[in-house]
Amino acid sequence: MMGQVVKLDKTADAARAAEQARLAAANDASIPTPRPRRNLAWTPARIGVYAFLIAAALFFLLPLYVMLVTSVKPMEEIRLGTLFALPRHFTLEPWAQAWSSACTGLECNGIKGGFWNSVAIVVPSTILSIAIGAVNGYALSFWRPRGAGLLFAVLMMGAFIPVQAMIYPLVRVLASVNLFSSLPGIILIHTIFGMPVMTLLFRNYYAALPLELFKAARIDGGGFWRIFLQLMLPMSTPVIVVAVIMQVTGIWNDFLLGLVFAGSEHLPMTVELNNIINTTTGERLYNVNMAATILTSIVPLALYFISGRWFVRGIASGAVKG
Amino acid sequence: MSNVAIRNLQIQLGGNKVIESLNLDVKAGEFVVLLGPSGCGKSTLLHSIAGLIDTSAGQIEIGGKDMTWADPKDRGIALVFQSYALYPTMNVEANMSFGLRINGTPKAEIARRVSRASDMLQLGPLLKRKPANLSGGQRQRVAIGRAIVREADVMLFDEPLSNLDAKLRTELRRELKQLHKQLGATMIYVTHDQVEAMTLAQRMAVMKGGVVQQFDTPDVIYNMPANLFVATFLGSPGMNLFKGEVEQQGSRAIFKNEHLSVDVSGYPFKAPLTGKHACVLGVRPEDIDVGHGDGVGQAVRASVSLIEAMGAHRVVWLDFHGTQVAGIVQDQQQIETEKEISFSIRGNRISLFDGASEQRL
Repeated sequence: MMGQVVKLDKTADAARAAEQARLAAANDASIPTPRPRRNLAWTPARIGVYAFLIAAALFFLLPLYVMLVTSVKPMEEIRLGTLFALPRHFTLEPWAQAWSSACTGLECNGIKGGFWNSVAIVVPSTILSIAIGAVNGYALSFWRPRGAGLLFAVLMMGAFIPVQAMIYPLVRVLASVNLFSSLPGIILIHTIFGMPVMTLLFRNYYAALPLELFKAARIDGGGFWRIFLQLMLPMSTPVIVVAVIMQVTGIWNDFLLGLVFAGSEHLPMTVELNNIINTTTGERLYNVNMAATILTSIVPLALYFISGRWFVRGIASGAVKG
Repeated sequence: MSNVAIRNLQIQLGGNKVIESLNLDVKAGEFVVLLGPSGCGKSTLLHSIAGLIDTSAGQIEIGGKDMTWADPKDRGIALVFQSYALYPTMNVEANMSFGLRINGTPKAEIARRVSRASDMLQLGPLLKRKPANLSGGQRQRVAIGRAIVREADVMLFDEPLSNLDAKLRTELRRELKQLHKQLGATMIYVTHDQVEAMTLAQRMAVMKGGVVQQFDTPDVIYNMPANLFVATFLGSPGMNLFKGEVEQQGSRAIFKNEHLSVDVSGYPFKAPLTGKHACVLGVRPEDIDVGHGDGVGQAVRASVSLIEAMGAHRVVWLDFHGTQVAGIVQDQQQIETEKEISFSIRGNRISLFDGASEQRL
């Protein structure tokens, strides 16, 4: 009804048609009458809201602007100290340098090594932690083994103890099984630390599904893995998307665990970025540093842009609600 | 075809005893309805037969074999849920064949069974649709189809029609009855709808508080309820109840209270009466004879408080010394509200219950 009225509004005899529609609607009480058009006048309250939103947006976008502008300026322009000015001689040289030849300590191979290290850490860690979290959540919601409540409580405790408190014991444990300073070691660490939140996320998602679905599958003869793989997993797309976003951004942005557990061969991009910025040979190359920083943040940024809607939904639906 | 025998069944849910020492014998090929108000344990009983709820004591036999601890899939049962419980990511065909695919039935056999079930339920054009694109009635048909495809000996129904609108419910009810004839499987059907129970059941078990109150044919349960609960649970409007005393006077038995006196000599007492006995007299509305009472010995007068026109008949509510008495009037006689009218009780189908134990006398 609404859509019809709005469409007719644009035609020449809009008023008449709208009036007819309204009359028809009034005659039939079951059809809701069209909502009166929203008042779009610039009231002081509305101006205030927009002023606040614009100010907030500017405030948060300003650093990004400075980073972008600085990264495409040659050093001569940067030395002038005009932080907000647009570049006069546009150059992509700092980006190339940041990617392939910026120096971290003694080596000058740029940040690309760190990028590929991060990819090598993020991909398996994300897949593993989601797989384990999904199975955990499924088992806790549907199979309810003896002591499931206790298990879940212990798992949740893991989510709330600060990571820093566990680092030293974990170093000792990993060293004793020869996984310290290795790629499998850091992947294992990320998988373990991702498990509580992933379990919570999937448990809550599965808890919202009707239990009768599971019962029907049990009568059909489905076992633990068949029900999970053929019934539950195909229904889990929304929550998997959310989990991927949470894990990829979380693990990509990790600095501390990567620094401690990855070892010098597999340092993630965040650690490499820090090394580049802290390595100075005479002059501080602000443009290269800015380019390296943007390169490092591109993966989570892209993910947010592609799937911001899903991300918010996931936080609202699973991770916060206990 | 298998029989189902339940012996001394006890079920605890979260520490509460939902069912305590329940016995029920369902014959092979029988259509049995479990009827009761919500929370009476009827669904719990059904799910324990299906193996979805663990029993704490007692035995469940299906087809002569002890199935108390068997896995749901090994019991030779199929279950239709109230909420349909269709797998949302699979189309109708995949939904029906899921169980068969799991146990490795040959493809040709799966195709044969699915097409047979879809023919029975007119699901042919819908086979490739997802459950989200089906109406409520179609979904429940698919759920029933999923049960048929299993070719189970015992089919269990957990309030399968209560999510549907009234018209569809009557339609599917008839189809279910037809289906039972065609398949010949044993069917156990849970509902809180007495019309469904009366029309479908060969025998029905009326339950309350985890206890079977009466297990008999719908006819016997309606006409000779075992206790006051069964009497009032069935029938619409409910049975009219009069408190009083019954007394043996020589060869005659008389029910009496301050306003009413009914000769109940023909009543089939379970045990012979001696002296006076406090009791409740129950009379179905159709056994209240409204308007023709003048001149009949037991006729009394009451004022008409409300008339409900039902089309085929009228329900007349009478104010009889402060109690509301419902009577069903089939003929076209003139009845007006606020006017006095006489009524009498047709004595051949009354029920008498003990005043204290509420059991049938």
